[in-house]
Order: sequence, then structure tokens, then C-alpha cells
Amino acid sequence: MDITRRDFIKSAALQSAVTTAAVLFPGISFGAWKNVDSGAIDWRKTPCRFCGTGCGLLVGVSGDRAVAVKGDPNCTVNKGLCCVKGYHSVQILYGKDRVNKALVRKNGKLVETPLKEALDLVAGKMQETIKSHGKDAVAMYGSGQWSITDGYVSSKLFKGCIGTNNLEANARLCMASAVTGFLTTFGLDEPMGCYDDLDHADVFITWGNNMAEMHPVLFSRMLANRKSKNNVTIIDLATRTTRTSQAADKSIIFNPQTDLAVANAICYEIIRNDWVNWDFVNKHVSFHKGKTNIGYGTQDHFKFKDKAETVDWETYKAFLADYTPEKVEKISGVPAKDIKYLAALFGDPDKKVVSYWCMGMNQHTRGTWINNLVYNCHLLVGKISQPGNGPFSLTGQPSACGTVREVGTLTHKLPHGVVMKEGARKMAAKIWDVPVENIDPKPTYHTVEMFRALDRGDIRFMWIQVTNPMVTMPNLNRYRNGAEKDGRFLVVSEIYPTPTYDVADVVLPSALWIEREGFFGNSERRTQHNDQIVPMPGDCMSNTWQIIEVARRMGFEKQFPWSEETYIEDIWNEYIQFHDTPKHRMAPYKELKANSGLQWPFVNGLETKWRYHAKYDPAAEGEDFDFYGKPDRRAWIWLRPYEPAAESPDSEYPFWLNTGRILEHWHTGSMTRRVPVLHRAAPEAYVEINPDDATRMGINSGNKVKVSSRRGSVIMKASINGRGRPPRGMVFVPFFDESYLINEVTLDAFCPISKQPDYKKCAVKLEKV
Amino acid sequence: MPVFSYLAYPVSGSKEQLLDDLAALDFCEVTPAENQAVLILVTDTPDEETEKKLQEKLKALKSLEYLGMTFGHTDE
Repeated sequence: MDITRRDFIKSAALQSAVTTAAVLFPGISFGAWKNVDSGAIDWRKTPCRFCGTGCGLLVGVSGDRAVAVKGDPNCTVNKGLCCVKGYHSVQILYGKDRVNKALVRKNGKLVETPLKEALDLVAGKMQETIKSHGKDAVAMYGSGQWSITDGYVSSKLFKGCIGTNNLEANARLCMASAVTGFLTTFGLDEPMGCYDDLDHADVFITWGNNMAEMHPVLFSRMLANRKSKNNVTIIDLATRTTRTSQAADKSIIFNPQTDLAVANAICYEIIRNDWVNWDFVNKHVSFHKGKTNIGYGTQDHFKFKDKAETVDWETYKAFLADYTPEKVEKISGVPAKDIKYLAALFGDPDKKVVSYWCMGMNQHTRGTWINNLVYNCHLLVGKISQPGNGPFSLTGQPSACGTVREVGTLTHKLPHGVVMKEGARKMAAKIWDVPVENIDPKPTYHTVEMFRALDRGDIRFMWIQVTNPMVTMPNLNRYRNGAEKDGRFLVVSEIYPTPTYDVADVVLPSALWIEREGFFGNSERRTQHNDQIVPMPGDCMSNTWQIIEVARRMGFEKQFPWSEETYIEDIWNEYIQFHDTPKHRMAPYKELKANSGLQWPFVNGLETKWRYHAKYDPAAEGEDFDFYGKPDRRAWIWLRPYEPAAESPDSEYPFWLNTGRILEHWHTGSMTRRVPVLHRAAPEAYVEINPDDATRMGINSGNKVKVSSRRGSVIMKASINGRGRPPRGMVFVPFFDESYLINEVTLDAFCPISKQPDYKKCAVKLEKV
Repeated sequence: MPVFSYLAYPVSGSKEQLLDDLAALDFCEVTPAENQAVLILVTDTPDEETEKKLQEKLKALKSLEYLGMTFGHTDE
């Protein structure tokens, strides 16, 4: 590299920092800075393809190659900031073992095959399976990393054309409890607030949410808010000490699963001190209880349906009598004074409060309940749907909201509404140009049950795109064995070899992110468009176009008529017909192409930042709040009790196992472990052990330790006083490293309402090896 | 050969100390804001090993509260 280019890169680095600082600190001045831009690199906008934050990036392109990344200062999400994964994101395009040819398993080995032949085989095998085993013997498993059009055409093919509801996506593993939480409390999915709350709030509470590593850009904005004001408080309420705890003003540790009790105790204290916002509660809230002792879903064919019963204020107050701070201290380990402190923050009328959460609350056998209970804390004091006030569920993947939740790539969903509703089926049939009888009114399998069905043989053909279930499924041994059984046919659309690729019968080479045009939808209802910025290698093809090719081979040319030149725009224009009301109108294609993301509802050329308040939301009626998602136009406070985890430590398996992610790696690491900088920063997984437990067991950092449950075991190095520190009696293992499959140890218990598995709690034992 | 830029936030009241600390480190160029307690740090290291050592030194600075990354480039 010559000196001129290096100087240019350093200049761009400085310029990027100056721009970001100018956004975060209006009026900031750097006397020593001189603006230099040689124009040697063409900068193109795109959303980041990693987490659900949805940072705007500018990708520097030189010739046909993406060579640099900087934060997009015009994107209100990140205002020029970016995290370490985002900055290295373009390197995921250029791994040495990139899949760029189709592969078909022949005599036990994956063999390069012409793409046309592979697509013929996929379509033929799907038709053959339907003929011999029925339409519900074929399935598709997608992702919150799907572009919106990928998910849309998969829904159209499977639900509209084939007529099966065997369509699921990995967002079931990360966001389903947030969805059912929103639906049960507000009647509509997705947060009411937006990231502007980071600039307005006085108090931030992170509920089991290591934002410093999982949503670092948003956490930087939170810290910038605290820096620029003198009255901002950050509370980390979690089961282990993390980088978020270290940066917070106060770290509160609770025993696993007892967040249910803590949230109820906060509400108890709010009422006891008469901090209730009576005007808000009387006008805008109603009270309800559901079933209790609802099970954990660990057996095949588990069924559960909740039933809401309306109750009154006195019943709610009596219910909370079991949750005094003193009683809850005994269950949760949280000192009563800390519970009272949290309640006082909610109760202070002069403080604006935002709650953030992600996997800690959602991957929970009572995930829907804990979502409901956090809403209760906000609803009792009316701190919601206004700048700086609100509960906000952060998303794990770039389009878990845009693709899975909005397009509805889940067994019970359609792009608008659910399959059980005749009106929703009629709307879909009309837009899709299929007979309404094609759309089955009965949901089939949620994700865990779908893989159980594959194991049992009820499903014989599965097409997996943009996800790696042979690393991520809980109780993995069962599901990998099921996928490898005779008579199963797996198609995997991938960009790199993975453990899921290893069990495939056909591998289709996928175009990645900026190698194709597409859309993502982030946590704050923001839809983000990207152009194709660099060419796709070899025979790679967008996932959308792969599905179109297979659909046409199956005889559905009429439903998939688009040209390769304009199909993304054409599909967008068809899709947005599903959401053409003031409650959910999406921005037009041209607007999205021109902007760094736009928030829905997008009405009369304007974004909606806060929903359910007439001042900000065009769909809201009246003077102020209007929770129009529910028939009574009120938000529902739910009476949800504390119930224990599906499996707790005992004398044989005395430790809690908690699993999760780390800053440097994206989910299963199939992309980020191929980026040298990120790989070297975190080269292998490890088990975090509390220092006292480690001392007692004679374990030092780096020692090999066997982590075992009733389902499996893994041997890995110990980490003591590393980046995270679990409390005594808990261990933590990140799941990014396919060499250490911690999900062979985890339990496939799930929330009976959301069907989302709990990856945060099961019982294990440790042995020094 | 990684190049990164950051917004560097000093511990309260330590802006000048942080400026001195960063300026004393090899491979670092620091630009202080004139009217805010924020500095810009641009790092330019010759290889990954040096980058790793620099990161350790940055983490050890008592005057530094937090680094927010704004740009990243490597040749790999």
C-alpha cells in the first residue's frame, strides 16, 4: 500500500470521528482539524447486516471491491458511530472458503454442480415429497437476517402456493416473547418508541441486557447522554456482571428467573407509595389475568392456549401482596432497598424512564410474562409513548422486525394478520393471486416443534436459508441426529461451510448483503434499503431469486412473474399493500432508496417516532394516549406470577448454565470468525466461572473444564474474571464457536405462549479435566 | 495495518491528562475538542500484534473512561 492511500485512510478516519462528534455534540469545535477528502474511494450507503440496531454504514468501494467502512452521519440511528463488527463487516465478503458454487451430495460427499441442476433438484424433490407425504411434509426455516423480500417470497410460496404453514424463522429463538408480550399488552407488535429516547431519558434500566457488547452503538449514545447531562442514571439489572454492569451507575444481580418477582415487587412499591399515575391508569389501562402453571414444552406435541380474564384494580392489588420487596428479596437475592430504589425511579414524576431488554427477557420460559410485567411498571406511572419514556425491546438481528415480524414468516402469521383469521387469508389470497382455500387456517409447527417433526419424520424436506440451526438449536444432539436420518432432504442456502452445511443434501450459494439489493427492518420500526454495491461471486444468487427460481419450476410462474432487473422494487410494491393503513403504512421504494432508513407508520411523507399518542402518531385518536391495538383501546396490565425455571440446579447438576453472545462475534461466528481481526480478538469459546467457585474447585483460567447436563457435555477452557463474571453457582458460555457446541448441553424448554426457548437457564455440573 | 478512529471520553476533569496520556503513546494521533470534554484518537499500527498491545495500553489508562469507535480499516 503506498503512502498516499494510507494518508487518505487516516484522513477518512479522522473525518469520520469529527463528523460523529459534530452530530453527538452540536457546536463542537476541533481547531486542529483540516477537512481532506481525495475522492479516491466511492462511499455507498447501506444498513449494517449484523444486529438489530440498524446502523447506517458508508461502504468505501474501490473498483469492484469493498475496502473500508465508516458510520453514516446522516443515519439517525448511529449518527456516524459504529461498532467493531460493523467496521469489519465488508471483510465477511472475502473469506477464503466462500461458497460460490452449488453443491449436491453424491455418494456421501458434497460435489460442485451446475446451479440450474441444483435448483431443478430442489424443486423436484419438494414436489416428490409433497406427492408422497403431503404438503405438510415440506418446510422452510429462515432468519431475522433474511432481507425483507426473501421472507416475503418464502411466505408467498409456502403459505400461498404450496398451502402449508411450515414456515418458521430463527427470530422464534430470539424475539418471539417480545412479540407475544407486545400483542398481549398492546394488541400490536413492535416498540412504541424509538432511539431518540436515548437522548431524552433520565433513567435507563437494562433488564438482563448486556448492551455494551450486544448493542454497543446504542450504549455509546446512552453514555453520551449521561456525559452531556448531569442527571442521567443507568441501572443494570442482570444475572451476571458484564461490561454493561461495569459502566452502569448501579449493578443489581438477581437469581435466574426471578425477574418476574422483581418486576411485580416494583409495581407493589409504586402502589404502596401512591406513585400511580391515576389519570393515565383510569383512562388508558385495563387489568387481566391468564392461566398459571403453564408448563415448559419439553415434550413433543405440547399444546397451550392462554385465556384472558378481565379483573379489577383491587384484584390486581391483592395479587401483588405476595410480592413485597422483603418477600422478593428472599426469592431473587435482590436487596429490598434496591427494589424500592427502582420503584422510586419509576415513581418520580420528574424522571423519564426507558427500559431496554433483549435475549435475557425473551429467552425465558416465562418470556411473555416478563415482557408483560415490565410494561406494567411503565403503565402504572404512565411512562410510555413519549420522548424519553417507554419500554423498548431491542432486536438481535438486522431484520427480525422487518422480515420475520412484519412479513410474518412464522407458522401462524401472514404479512397482515394471522392464518386463523378469514379476513387475513382473503387479503393474502387477493394480493398473491391464489385461491383463498390454498391458505391453511391452522398453524403447524413452531421452530422447536418443526425440528422435532423433522426428527420424527413428519417433515421430510426442509430448506434452510441464512441461519445455522445445527449450532443454535437447544438440545442440539436430538435435532442434528434427526436431520441426519434416512429419508430426510435438507437444502441449505449458505455463504460459508457450517455445521448446517455439513448435513445438507444440496447447498445453494447465496449472495451476501451488499452483493444484492434488499431491505432490512430494525428495532425501532425503521425500514432500510441497500443497493447492490459490489458484484456477487461465482454462481451466487440472492435468496429471493433462489426461491423465485424454485417456485417457477414448481409451476407458480404466475405468482412470481418479476424480472431480474426490477424484482426487488416490484416485490416491495406488492408487499406494502398488506400494510396500507395509518397504523402500519410503509415508505415507498423511492423514498427508502433515497434515505438512510424511514420509520413506519409512514403517513403523508412523515415518519412516526412514538406510537399510541395523538401528538406523534397519525393513527391515534383523541387528545393524548390511544392504545388502538386492543378492542377496549387500553393497554392491558397482566397479573403474571413468579414461576420457577424448567430446570434448576440440584445436587447432581449444581450450576446454572447461561449462554449468549460476545461483542466481536455475530451469533454462530460463521462470518465474523472469518474476519482475522475479530477472530484473533476472541479466537475460541470459554466457560466463565465465578472466582470463588473456581478457587473451591482448583480451577484456574485456561484450565480445561467439562460442562455437562443431562443432555450432553462440552470440554472447554475456563475464564475467570474475564470480560464477564457470573455469580457463585452460575457459569456462562458464549455460543459463537462451532468447535464447542454448547447447545448440546442446553434444554429445549420454551415459553408456552411465545414458543421461544430458554437458553439462559438449565442445570449443569463442572469437572476439571 | 489497522487504522481506527475513536471518540475518547475522559474521566471527569481529566481531559488534559488524557490528552497527555494518549499523545505519549506510539501509533496514536490525538485531536482534542476545543469546547467539549471529548478527544479524537486515530490509531495506525503496523500489524495485529502491535494493535493488540496498543489496545491493552489504552485499557490501562486511568484518565480514559470510554472509547467510541467511529472508523475502522484493515488490509486483511
